[in-house]
Formats: sequence, C-alpha cells, structure tokens
Amino acid sequence: MDTIISISNLSKVYANGHQALDDVSLDIKRGEILALLGPNGAGKTTLISTICGLVSPTSGSVTVNGFDIEEDYRQARELIGLVPQELTLSAFESLWHTIDFSRGLFGKPADVPYLEQLLKDLSLFDKKDQEIHMLSGGMKRRVLIAKALSHEPMILFLDEPTAGVDVGLRKDMWKIVHKLRDAGVTIILTTHYIEEAEAIADRVGVINKGKLLLVEDKDNLMQKLGKKQLIIELSEAIRVIPESLASYALVLSKAGNKLTYHYDTTADGTGITTLLQRTREAGLSLKDMQTKQSSLEDIFVDLVEEST
Amino acid sequence: MSFRAVSTIYKYEMLRTWRTLFQSVASPVLSTSLYFVVFGTAIGSRIQAIEGVSYGLFIVPGLIMLAILTQSIANASFGIFFPKFTGAIYEVMSAPISFFEILLGYVGAAASKSFIIGIIILTTANLFVDIQVAHPIWMLTFLILTCISFSLLGFILGLWAKNFEQLQIVPLLIVTPLVFLGGTFYSVNMLPPIWQTITLFNPVLYLVSGFRWSFFEVSDVHVWLSLAVILSFLATCIAIVWWMFKTGYRLKK
Ligand SMILES: Nc1ncnc2c1ncn2[C@@H]1O[C@H](COP(=O)(O)OP(=O)(O)OP(=O)(O)O)[C@@H](O)[C@H]1O
Ligand SMILES: [Mg+2]
Repeated sequence: MDTIISISNLSKVYANGHQALDDVSLDIKRGEILALLGPNGAGKTTLISTICGLVSPTSGSVTVNGFDIEEDYRQARELIGLVPQELTLSAFESLWHTIDFSRGLFGKPADVPYLEQLLKDLSLFDKKDQEIHMLSGGMKRRVLIAKALSHEPMILFLDEPTAGVDVGLRKDMWKIVHKLRDAGVTIILTTHYIEEAEAIADRVGVINKGKLLLVEDKDNLMQKLGKKQLIIELSEAIRVIPESLASYALVLSKAGNKLTYHYDTTADGTGITTLLQRTREAGLSLKDMQTKQSSLEDIFVDLVEEST
Repeated sequence: MSFRAVSTIYKYEMLRTWRTLFQSVASPVLSTSLYFVVFGTAIGSRIQAIEGVSYGLFIVPGLIMLAILTQSIANASFGIFFPKFTGAIYEVMSAPISFFEILLGYVGAAASKSFIIGIIILTTANLFVDIQVAHPIWMLTFLILTCISFSLLGFILGLWAKNFEQLQIVPLLIVTPLVFLGGTFYSVNMLPPIWQTITLFNPVLYLVSGFRWSFFEVSDVHVWLSLAVILSFLATCIAIVWWMFKTGYRLKK
C-alpha cells in the first residue's frame, strides 16, 4: 500500500518551552484507519494540528500526497478534513449555512445534493435549518463531521470523535468511519478508548509525552506484544504449588482452585505441553482450562509505563 | 488565489450583517439623526456659518466619518475576534487559502458594510439639510479609503484582543476621543492656538478635513495632505497586518 501522509522527524516546542512533539516519524497508508492512542497531554492534538496547518512545526517536515504542508499548503490542505476535539462552532448560524460555508471555504463549487446526502447520512437532515446553538452536544459533534466532509476530503482527521457521545451514537460513528474507509478515505483518529481503537482501527500508534512509541497493525500488535494467560481450574483446591511446577511462576488463586500461567505467544515454545504433563504427574486433576489474550488496554498500560 | 473561498467568507460576513440588520444599520442611523436634531437644528441654529457653510451642513461630513470609523472598527474587529473566541477560526486556518485571502474576505465585508452605512447616513442627512457634493470622486475616494483602512485597523484590533474587554477598550479610549477632537463638529481654526498644534497630530483631522473639502471646498489642511495621510495610514495598517500574518500572530501556535 502506498503512503498518503509522510511525517519525518517532526518536533514541536510551544512558545512556553513545552515540547509537545519529540522527533515523530510516521508514514500513514492510503485508505487505512489509523488510531492514535495516548493519555491526556500526549501530543495527539498537536500532531494533528500541525499536519492541518494550525500549529507551525519547530522542526521536521510533513508531506500530504506528496505536497509539503508548508510550501504547497494549498494542495495539501485541499485533501484534508478536520474534526477538532473541541465543539468549536459559531452558534448563531444555521446548520445548512455552516456546512455550505465550509465547502466554499475549501474552494469547492456548491453541490446541494451532495450536502443533503451528507446530512442524511449523519442523521442531521431534519435539523438543517436550525441554528447551531439549538442542537445537542452529540449533534454538534456530527455537525463538525459534516463540515469536515463537506468538501469531499481524501483524508479525514477525527480528534476524539466519540468524546461525550453516548453508546448508540458511538456505534453509529464507527459505522460512518467504516463507510468512509470503504469509499477510499484515509482516516486518522485519536482516542483514549482502547476498545475504540480495537474496534475500528487497522493500525494503532501509541504516543506518550510527544514520542511515538510504536505503530503496528492492530492484529500484529495484539499478537506481538500480547501476553496470553492460561487458566487451569482444578477439581480439588490445593494450598501450595507443587515443587515440580515451581519453574513456571504460576499464580495460585485465593480459593486455591485456579492456577494462572503467563506465556508469550511469540516465544519458541510456550511450555504449555510440559506444564500440563507435570501437572498431571503432580497428581492434580483438571476441571477446566481457558486461555485469555491481553487486551490492547493491557498493552497500552505496559508501554506507557515503560516510557515513563 | 481562491476567489470562491474569498467570496464565501465575504458572503457569510455580509449575511451576519443581514442577520443583525437592526443593530448594524438602525443604530448608526438613529444616532446620526439625533446628532442632527441636537447639533444641527437645536444648537446649530444659534451658531454662525463657518467659512460660509451653515453649521447644520458643516457637520455632515464629520458625522459620516464618525459613523464609518466606529462601524469599520467594530465590524471588522468583531468579525475576526468572534471565531477566534469560539475556536471556529480553526476551519479558516486549516483551509487551502492564504492569509491574504482571509483578509480580503473579512476586511472586504466590513468595509462594504461601512460604505453602505456611510451612504445611508448621507441619504438620511439629506432629509435634514440640502447637501451639495462639490467633488463626488474625491468624496467617494475618501469614503472608500477610510472604510478600508479603518476596517483593517479593526481587523488588527480583533486579532490582537484576548478578551471582550480589550476589544472594546480601544475604540472607547482611543478612537472616540480622536474622532471628537478631529474637527468633526468644529473647524480647527476655532480652537486656541496650542490646541490647533496638538490637533495636527490627530490623523482623524485629516480625514474629516479632506472629506469635508470634497463637499464644500472648505478645509483645515490641504486636500492632498489629507490624501497623503490616509494613504500612509492605510500603508501602516497593511504593514502591520502583513507582519501579523507572516508570524502567525495570535492565530498560529
Ligand atoms: N498552545 C499551547 N501552548 C503551550 N503548551 C501547549 C499548547 N497546546 C498544548 N500544549 C501542551 O502540549 C502537550 C500536548 O497537548 P495536546 O493537546 O497535543 O495533547 P493530547 O494528546 O491531544 O491530549 P488530550 O488527550 O488531553 O486531548 C500538553 O502538555 C499541553 O499542555
Ligand atoms: Mg487532544
């Protein structure tokens, strides 16, 4: 797959001396959904704002579809739609005027059918003549999406699209994102919610303190970094772990009827076969067994802790 | 150059005017009419003609200047301050347009609005007194240049202001005194000599004088000097705006 956005050695130091981005390099692939995951203050918004021209980079460069964001800003920005994190809308305009303004601002000729369809897709059509301040928070979030999509961008940035949005709407939002991806739009979104990244992203980037810690295919990431747990349920509770099993660093549950074994799926051997054999030899009888994959959340917490 | 983007900004700024039509047009017209009733008719009837121009007539150009100066500053500063305040400016800043195009849209709209208000006030004044314009081209030139340069000043103010208080303090503390002390209601010759000298440092004097000359061929300073002052004022504003855009002043972090 080819690259649509290329970020090289991007750093940002704000006027007050705070370093919000620290030598970030990243290639975003055409047509993918990339989730940027990171705690508050990690630099996610700064990264997006820099690409969109709202923040000037201190050093490094970014190209969008081959166009430099500073030298060829017109060509670069034309391709981008941005949904900001905050609900920043002018209150007294009508919804229709707001999106018509956005389209014109990006130099696109008026296209009433397209905008009408857009509003329908976002379930906003019946509100089109209302003033913005009369809409609910979730509706305003969708208005921001409508504005970003009004000029038919090739790339969409969603800065925390589901913050303050209820579960139903969140699912709708995910559907919209998938529909856009199917239409060929590249989507970059930031989120605090691991489930969100897990549910919709193709790739996940983890960012903390201005550093991009890793970028991985979501599935790879889960496999590569994901430790698995094997939980063995015993028919009869025990008080101590038998000597012969000491090397496995098993964890015995309080009730004494469950043994948990942590293993790495990427290691040469998982050790499960011999573990089970020795368990039987030690005279323990198994009632049940299950394996559990660590969630992205566990991976994330590990990474962030490592970097601090 | 994206004409579509410029015209979009222009159109929606004008639409905002339309939405707030009453305060945009009614209030300057009303206050100007009140000035006429009080100064032009009630007091003016007891003031002798200045250089052959009756007092009611004499104050017309000054009143128009007063209105378009305040309106230009208020409209242009609010036009850019408000989206900055709500954060909606992000969209303009991330659009594929240059700062110059942004400026053209916002300042163009503010200046057009002031120009319309100027014409409306002139028409209103014509109901009170019979106005003859000796040099219509000069009159329009001064009117248009003033609308543009003070809209630019308003734009600068709107970019600079961090809060509503700052937005209002400049017109209140600086512009209003300059306008009142700029020969709006009197001829500079009527002042004591020391004040005459001080007044010469007030740029508004040159605007009012030149503008008045285009009506009655009566002026405090030579009309070419007036033109030179307004043009340098315009150039200064352009230079400041250019610098602001170059550095992304208060817009780009
Ligand atoms: N204009 C600014 N001036 C100085 N520091 C800033 C500015 N904007 C952001 N920062 C700082 O830069 C860091 C990164 O901020 P940023 O908004 O990019 O984080 P984020 O990852 O988007 O966080 P969140 O998840 O809370 O939205 C933070 O420490 C923030 O305080
Ligand atoms: Mg953020």
